[in-house]
Amino acid sequence: MFSVDLIFEAVLFGILLGCFYAAVSLGLSVAFGLLDVPYVAHPALLILGSYFTFVLSQTGIDPIVCGVLLMPIFFLIGIGFYRFYYETFEKRSSDTGVRGLAFFFGMSFIIEVCLILVFGVDQRTVVASYIGSSLEIGDYRFPYRMLVAFGIALALTVALTLYFSKTFNGRAIKAVGQDEGALRLMGANPVKIKQLAFGIATAVNALAGAMLIIVGPVEPAMDRIYIGRTFCVVVLAGLGSMSGTLVAGLVLGIAESIVMMTFGASWAPAVSFGLLLLMLGVRPQGLFGR
Amino acid sequence: MDKMRRTVIGAGGAGLLASSLPAGMAFAQGAPVKIGMSMPQTGGLGAGGQAALIGLRMWVDDINAKGGLLGRKVEFIVYDDQSNGANTPGIYTKLIDVDKVDLLIAPYATNPTAPIMPMVKERGLLLMGNFSFQVNAKVHHDMWFNNAPWGDAKNWSEGFLEAGKKAGAKSIAIFAADAEFQQNLANGCREVVKQTGWNVVYDQNYPGNNTDFSSIIRAVRAAKPEAVFVACYPNEAVAIMRSVNEIGLGSQVQIFGGGMVGLQFGPVMQGLGSLLNGVVNYNSYVPGMKYPGIEDFFKRYSERAIAAKVDPLGFYLPPYNYAIGQMIEQAVNGTKSLDHKKLADYLRKNEMKTIVGPISFDKNGERAKPALVQAQFRNIKDGDYEQFKSPGKQVVIWPASEKQGDVITPFDKARKAT
Repeated sequence: MFSVDLIFEAVLFGILLGCFYAAVSLGLSVAFGLLDVPYVAHPALLILGSYFTFVLSQTGIDPIVCGVLLMPIFFLIGIGFYRFYYETFEKRSSDTGVRGLAFFFGMSFIIEVCLILVFGVDQRTVVASYIGSSLEIGDYRFPYRMLVAFGIALALTVALTLYFSKTFNGRAIKAVGQDEGALRLMGANPVKIKQLAFGIATAVNALAGAMLIIVGPVEPAMDRIYIGRTFCVVVLAGLGSMSGTLVAGLVLGIAESIVMMTFGASWAPAVSFGLLLLMLGVRPQGLFGR
Repeated sequence: MDKMRRTVIGAGGAGLLASSLPAGMAFAQGAPVKIGMSMPQTGGLGAGGQAALIGLRMWVDDINAKGGLLGRKVEFIVYDDQSNGANTPGIYTKLIDVDKVDLLIAPYATNPTAPIMPMVKERGLLLMGNFSFQVNAKVHHDMWFNNAPWGDAKNWSEGFLEAGKKAGAKSIAIFAADAEFQQNLANGCREVVKQTGWNVVYDQNYPGNNTDFSSIIRAVRAAKPEAVFVACYPNEAVAIMRSVNEIGLGSQVQIFGGGMVGLQFGPVMQGLGSLLNGVVNYNSYVPGMKYPGIEDFFKRYSERAIAAKVDPLGFYLPPYNYAIGQMIEQAVNGTKSLDHKKLADYLRKNEMKTIVGPISFDKNGERAKPALVQAQFRNIKDGDYEQFKSPGKQVVIWPASEKQGDVITPFDKARKAT
């Protein structure tokens, strides 16, 4: 049962699974990690991205291309969300955390109900040449859909890391979470910067949502599955670190994969959250947090 | 004067209303007979629950068109339990104490039903079961009557394992979700396997929120089983089948499937298409099985299902939910009463005539003569919904009384068979 081959295979597959976890968590890493906004509607927007991809792909467009095409629309949705959140809660300043939490929970329920009303409760899936087949290397088989997730996660992480470190707006987004006053002194408007960051966080969800429906079928209530895991990845990473999000996703993916293949899948969630508790106890700032 | 005018207007209005009703409904009078239930309309079981609800609503419409029950209109009260067993005790308390329903129907599936069993037993209420499994095995409620076609836990795996045995399988892998229904199913399989003396080379559970099964399928493949028994719910069925196709199980596997809920649902079957080929799985109805009235039911069901954006095939749950209504109708008409004890007594002693065949119950309220079938998917093409309406796409291999063909083994060969 515990053969070296099996463990090696578990690690390889864990890398693919981990990249998938990282990709679905990147948007949250920006909104919650960098801006400190309790964006619990993040998984609901992921599912929304999957459904929009499903609709667009009916025209024959590849699901990944659909995800890219949807990014500008989601960027605008994100700006709208933040504007509403800012005007209603942040501007009035009191209890933004708790009220924001309630607001975004409400948003996620509204999104879920709207999806049920429009699409029904059946699972939806997309068709593409890379879904349902695998890359064979010797005795190993790697599902193409997971390789696609791997590629998307890497591309998003590199793009976001470069943006946040090399551009003025990117550096401003990192700064706004740390010291709004100082940013204002530099001539930047913190509200507009946060709005931009929120737009980016939500736009990332469009591509991640496309990846989600490539990896497996989706249904409207599926966001509940991802709330715990995405927050786990972001906290494990160290709030706001893009490369940390990728590493945390990999740690979680590899740990889960090894446990699933050896001790049994029932232990997998316990391992994920066990790792999180361990991290909070040993290094509360996370893997890459300062 | 005013009083007389109101009386005249009232009488005229009532007459106008009566004349506008269908002929059969005109004699329905008195307070309505309230029938209440919760049904998973969202969440993992939502797709099946919504289809099942159409079957029940069809019966409600039919019975009201015939004048209702005991000359009273039937009012149907239903709440969404979100596929969550934690919600059902509260919903059924409301149905009993606030809505004051006359009769209760259980929600679809085991996991939402199990939590309400102690309550209905304690209150001495009749509960019409709805495709749940072994929820009364430990509670022993004598007013429970399940519409499901299966018998005890062994009934699910007997046919599957018998087919595997014929193909020469002597080892098995079992994997099941960590939930009441799937565990009951897996336990039944383990029991039969023990008797047959097969070697269990893999036996694991997985959490209900598992999203990818590649790791599990790899572990199963590494164990080199000759039969693979799976107990899952619809959410997982598609992901499992995809992983089986991508990772492979090994050429030694003779038979795969058994207890996969989801492979009976139209949208899931359409989505999986050719990936279904070769799978042997349980079912309650497949085209080609003959029951009086069922074809007319599907014709009417399909129209309503399309309008409601629900599974237009509806083979699995809807006819059995309509049958719940038919059983209530026969029991109420037979006893001329809504008294739960009298109704339970009638249901226990009489054979019910339904669109899914005659139903009689054993002492536990389960089917006295189980009618579960194991069928093998064959010649399924991608993207063709209509094909599932034709006989021959799901060939019944067990039991002998319903048999439409022999199982094709090994699994790899069955997947390619045309």
